[in-house]
Amino acid sequence: MGKMTLEELRKLREAQKSEISKRDTAGKDITIFVGMGTCGIAAGAKTTFDTLIKAVDANGLSDKVVVKQTGCMGLCYVEPTVEVIAPGMPQTIYGKVDSATAEEIVKKHLVEHTLVEGHIYDRPAIDIVKK
Amino acid sequence: MHYTICDVVLDLIHNSIEAGSSLVELSLIEDAKTITVVVKDNGKGMDAETLKRVQDPFYTDGEKHTARKVGLGIPFLVQLAGQVQGAWNIDSEPGIGTTVSFSLPYKHIDLPPVGDIPSCVLSAFCFSESADIAVHRFRDGSEVYSVKRSEILDAVGDLTDAQALLLAKQYLESLET
Repeated sequence: MGKMTLEELRKLREAQKSEISKRDTAGKDITIFVGMGTCGIAAGAKTTFDTLIKAVDANGLSDKVVVKQTGCMGLCYVEPTVEVIAPGMPQTIYGKVDSATAEEIVKKHLVEHTLVEGHIYDRPAIDIVKK
Repeated sequence: MHYTICDVVLDLIHNSIEAGSSLVELSLIEDAKTITVVVKDNGKGMDAETLKRVQDPFYTDGEKHTARKVGLGIPFLVQLAGQVQGAWNIDSEPGIGTTVSFSLPYKHIDLPPVGDIPSCVLSAFCFSESADIAVHRFRDGSEVYSVKRSEILDAVGDLTDAQALLLAKQYLESLET
């Protein structure tokens, strides 16, 4: 693979966008946050993030899902942590999310609308929740 | 302890972003013997007293986590440099910014893997704050590429869309070839 230019990147993206606009969608209403503080990074959150975006794309959910990074969610002991906000599902923070679990979250939580047992943790720690 | 050098780099960039920088410049400089990393920001900076304390794993400014008493980013860097007989430095001035740099010898047996550079750069670009991030990649004395967060955002739009993220990753990977 040779070096891509910014112009080539722009064209690829525009081709994608015109493909997306053909579909009838009601906008993005699912948000996924990946904790990327020191604790998250140390526990492999970058791999989790990479797997999540691939899985979202592979399941055809790109036009429904926003993937964001955040700092530490206050659950350093179960990093990498992933928070999922999706309509019709409880707002959930998953912990110990390795690549396999990340794929499971997309498949179960976002597609089948069931929780991924064994990885459910609490809301962020009290000291970082905005009052 | 971070697993790869890229993880240390991402952590430092996150510090710069959280310090309110509008521009963070990352230089990754490799030659046959060493890898050198420089993270320069124009954030709020630190006074001499704070600068001394950031090496302490039990120090944090307490702004983000009021109930927490650890801050491990810089201590991880100090530990890494120490374990491979590398060097590290932090220059900082309140109101001007901070420059963190480190240099590590490839030959040391305890040197961790460099890690996935395109993935690290993409993650750095994905923090939602508005700071621009410029990456300069040098090999054997010459710049092989540079890339800015702003130009990627301009080309693919918001980096919260999986397809945009995958394309951006593909672009960053192509620069490494």
